[in-house]
Amino acid sequence: MNHWLIAPILIPLLGGIVQVFIGYAPISLRRTLAMITTVLLLASTIVLTVLASDDSYRVYAFGNWQPPFGIVLVLDRLAALMLLVTAVLAFFCHLYSIHRADEGSRQFHALFLFQLMGLNIAFLTGDLFNLFVAFEVLLIASYGLLMHGGGTVRTVPGLHYVVLNLAGSALFLISVGMIYSVTGTLNMADLAVKVAQVRGDDVFLVQAGGMMLLVVFALKAAVLPLCFWLPKAYASATAPVAALFAIMTKVGIYAILRVYTLIFGASAGPLANLGMDWLFPIALVTLAMGVIGALGAEKLRTLIAWQVIISVGTLLAAIGLGSEEGTSAALFYLINTTWIVGGLFLVADMVARQRGSAADGIVTAPRMHNRTFLSVLFLLGSVAAAGLPPLSGFFAKLLILKAATPGLAMAWLWGVLLVGSFVTVIAYSRAGSIVFWRNVSGHIAETEKLTLPITVAAGSLIGLSVVIVLLAGPISAFTDATAAQLHDADAYIQILQTPMVGGKES
Amino acid sequence: MELLFALVIGVLVASGVYLLLRARTFPVVVGLTLISYGVNLFLFSTGRLATGSQPILGSAESYSDPLPQALVLTAIVIGFAMTAFVVVLSLRNQADNDDDHVDGRQPEAVTEPESAEVSRQ
Repeated sequence: MNHWLIAPILIPLLGGIVQVFIGYAPISLRRTLAMITTVLLLASTIVLTVLASDDSYRVYAFGNWQPPFGIVLVLDRLAALMLLVTAVLAFFCHLYSIHRADEGSRQFHALFLFQLMGLNIAFLTGDLFNLFVAFEVLLIASYGLLMHGGGTVRTVPGLHYVVLNLAGSALFLISVGMIYSVTGTLNMADLAVKVAQVRGDDVFLVQAGGMMLLVVFALKAAVLPLCFWLPKAYASATAPVAALFAIMTKVGIYAILRVYTLIFGASAGPLANLGMDWLFPIALVTLAMGVIGALGAEKLRTLIAWQVIISVGTLLAAIGLGSEEGTSAALFYLINTTWIVGGLFLVADMVARQRGSAADGIVTAPRMHNRTFLSVLFLLGSVAAAGLPPLSGFFAKLLILKAATPGLAMAWLWGVLLVGSFVTVIAYSRAGSIVFWRNVSGHIAETEKLTLPITVAAGSLIGLSVVIVLLAGPISAFTDATAAQLHDADAYIQILQTPMVGGKES
Repeated sequence: MELLFALVIGVLVASGVYLLLRARTFPVVVGLTLISYGVNLFLFSTGRLATGSQPILGSAESYSDPLPQALVLTAIVIGFAMTAFVVVLSLRNQADNDDDHVDGRQPEAVTEPESAEVSRQ
């Protein structure tokens, strides 16, 4: 048992509790403590990533209960990768929030840290019901963060978001109950064993439960029929919160990847590859819908919110190929898109601050302040997001295209992805040329100066695209190994045999 | 007992879904609550319905599964917190928009006939 595994949960939990109690302390103290917490979290996830790269599974059993009894945390390459991506994104979002966003309410830092805790539990847990609890923890923190900063514009999108997710939680509980009623277990490794043995009429019960679970994860991931809550909610949230939410849809994708390769994977008997035939076409339609939405966006932030949906479609299309290469390419794209979309949300907020009343609307306005710097950041971000060479988005999309094997799926994937990327480029260039170039005469009153923390935060997130290109070799080696580990469900099941310290016989 | 139990869950969830689709915040909150009642009863039944048996192995012939009870307890606590939050949010919506519709305003299709009537008078 390795006690490092609970560090990414304990650090934000303790940091968040401290923040709750020092709500009336000077803001500089609260900021310092909050940043220390995020830095510690980042350090712990780096340690875990190094630990996980030896291809073994590490288990942390709460209360020393022998799995499948009790709740376990499981660290493998996929969990470590998601933790690291989240921690890096969170660090820069937190840095950005230091400037202004955290002045709106006393509980901003506490909510932010609890949100990170919920995300980390979701990535680490090896228990289906614990995954539900993790979703609830990260959702209730996200409700608070979404409403943060006040203003009446956020009430309606917030209400939609909350009600939809409550309905989703009810569905999650029903599907968990259905699966439990047949298999009698909620431990994911044990489920993988038991689901393969289900026979007779019980197959239909588990099948119904599994498909409802897919609906729940699709709601979190914002897949097409369930994605219309996202653009409004993300576009109205405060910038660092919207940037952090770039990882929220990836939680749904992570859950799909985990549950449907492990529990309903290739070796699940009559239930093998449940729901996977649906995933690929729905992903392509989601991608197309995202592109259409991006074309019609009236504000920069709405445009980037639709980019979130485009990346969900692209990711699921690659996962829907069902091959190791596809999963590996999807993970590479996930790293790229999470950081870049987060960075773009921050850049859009900086642009909005420099344009007076025009804010981030895609309309002509007097020349903004700091135009050169912001336009270069926006250019880099949109090149990386749309997938043009030489930045990381291009390599990620190339890997996805290469992962398709010749056939009907390849024709659809290449067609939709390439046309989609082309139209995305049009959407970005239209937005960029109107916002940055088409100026009308006039003068914008005094705006806030760009301070160092926000410049560094937004610049670094966009700049990570260059880092991904430079380290493309090691990163793709890591994602290849992750995909190989993920598709070998039998190795995961071995954690049931892990002896616990002082464990009972049997 | 199984039939009665299933009917109760079905009626609760059906009423909940109906209220959820009413698109006004108060019915939506009540609908969510009814759905969570239904879901909690459903979770409870996943350990099979047994009366008069204890949740301890080996002490009696038949035992009742303790895990669903623990799950229901967790689900109730979470559901309670979420309902409290959504009530506050609904009040905020009502205060901000002077309307209890979930969109913050009435859909246009509903208001049009009224205005037409007014103009006819």
